[in-house]
Amino acid sequence: MTKWLETHLPKMVLAPSFIAVLVFVYGFIAWTAWVSLTRSRLLPKYEIEGFIQYERLFASPRWDTAINNLFIFGALFIIIAMVLGLLLAILLDQKIRTEGMIRTIYLYPMALSMIVTGTAWKWILNPGLGIQATVRSWGFENFSFDWLVNPDFAIYTIVLAAVWQSSGFVMALFLAGLRSVDEEIIKAAQVDGIPTWRIYSAIIIPSMGPIFMSAFIVLAHLAIKSFDLVIALTGGGPGYATDLPATYMYAMAFSRGDIGQAASSAMIMMLVVFTIVVPYLYSELRAKND
Amino acid sequence: MTDLAYPSAKKSDAFGKIVLRWLLYFLLGIFALYYLMPLFVMVTTSLKSLEEIRTGSLVALPREVTFDAWRTAWSGACTGIQCEGLRPYFWNSVMLAVPAVMISTFIGALNGYVVAQWRFPGANIIFSLMLFGCFIPFQVVLLPMARLLGMMGIAGTIPGLIFVHVIYGIGFTTLFFRNYYVSIPSELTKAAKVDGAGFFRIFWSIFLPLSLPIIVVTVIWQFTQIWNDFLFGVSFSQAGTQPVTVALNNIVNSTTGVKEYNVDMAAAIIAAAPTLLVYIVAGKYFIRGLTAGSVKG
Repeated sequence: MTKWLETHLPKMVLAPSFIAVLVFVYGFIAWTAWVSLTRSRLLPKYEIEGFIQYERLFASPRWDTAINNLFIFGALFIIIAMVLGLLLAILLDQKIRTEGMIRTIYLYPMALSMIVTGTAWKWILNPGLGIQATVRSWGFENFSFDWLVNPDFAIYTIVLAAVWQSSGFVMALFLAGLRSVDEEIIKAAQVDGIPTWRIYSAIIIPSMGPIFMSAFIVLAHLAIKSFDLVIALTGGGPGYATDLPATYMYAMAFSRGDIGQAASSAMIMMLVVFTIVVPYLYSELRAKND
Repeated sequence: MTDLAYPSAKKSDAFGKIVLRWLLYFLLGIFALYYLMPLFVMVTTSLKSLEEIRTGSLVALPREVTFDAWRTAWSGACTGIQCEGLRPYFWNSVMLAVPAVMISTFIGALNGYVVAQWRFPGANIIFSLMLFGCFIPFQVVLLPMARLLGMMGIAGTIPGLIFVHVIYGIGFTTLFFRNYYVSIPSELTKAAKVDGAGFFRIFWSIFLPLSLPIIVVTVIWQFTQIWNDFLFGVSFSQAGTQPVTVALNNIVNSTTGVKEYNVDMAAAIIAAAPTLLVYIVAGKYFIRGLTAGSVKG
């Protein structure tokens, strides 16, 4: 008996977590997928009706805005955060004496809640008393910076705040990558008299492919899940100009009482994450097992 | 932009190098200002009176430092109809985060130990399935979880939120401990088994004592995640059980009448203080968790 227990104990220890994941991750995804195929409104119904919820979703101008915003926000956020992160990493890689302190300053926003970040930027960007008013008080009477309340530009304030929050983290990733390049190769290149910018562009950066990949995955993932920042900074407004899929889903689930729309929009989000993350996880796990 | 870091033997451009060096520090300084500016504005705004905020400049230091806004934010600001400030919600977050962090870390340690050291057929598949659970957008589980919490009778309660955070935290905690324990040679486990030590004995007297660094990383990661969470907090709490992030958002976005920016900023700093403190005290472990959570699959 004790022998049997000893050999099966590891499985029994892992079992509760495994069951929890099966139920609360995969089971719940299945439930959401199922409900997304029904006519559920305020209460879930379980008779499958096909893709009507998805048809409603893609006919909805609000969802259209949310998807467009995700593309604008996602693309700008990922590109700017990566470029800025790489630039900062290269600047910091030049044997800076105060590197530790500077790194701490660049990275601290990552420790903050998105709600805090949103609150701070909302105050800074408000046209009445924020940057616009300050610059005007310096004598530039015509200076205008009203993105926060301008439906055409409000989405860019989300980009601004999100880049502020996450670019330091990208820098940390890239800095670790820069440091992991073989010193011997760099020294050899220096001996050959190759200029520093060439060493970076031709030797160091091309060897950091995997780091670019993980930075991209992390940022894309953050972009798709962005919810709190929008809520705190713009509340999805003006109107629903800054809605993202995550805020759309939340509005349908908890304020509009439209479970079918909430479920189908959640499934689309899931699908987007899936197409980005699965190939990555698959290659990572395979590389590990080889 | 040549020879910034690796000075060559040429002496003719020594002057150029000094100029570049200055430029480099100048750029780094500008970026430091960019990252610090919002924090600076938050702190100075929170110390000003409303009158001074209206008449003064965003970036000016307070002419007269007052802590009134801090007092209001802590114990008087309105989150909807209630006007008790952030204090009760701050304690909600503490009561929520402490058990959730402890439970999920403990489960993660045991799971990681099994996956890394007691391999059995299928263990890798189970681990992959758990790992994938870390990456799902939580929107996809919100609706069924809301129903389940209702059926269990813990909807809108702090135990309910603890439950949710533990469930969706174990993927990451398992990953952290698994990656740490994988680097411990399996001969150690085998030798201990030969000596007659059992599963828990080996965990308790060999692995746990070695685990301090990864426990610190995991606790910091989980604490930051749970303290800063908003989605679960806003979806699964009700008036009175809301965590601090939800209360902060309510203070900022639902105040009627005069907008008290100084109170908003003080409240934001209070809500950010615990994780910021953790970052300042244990930044090294914080960064290690961030990179481990993203780079290692």
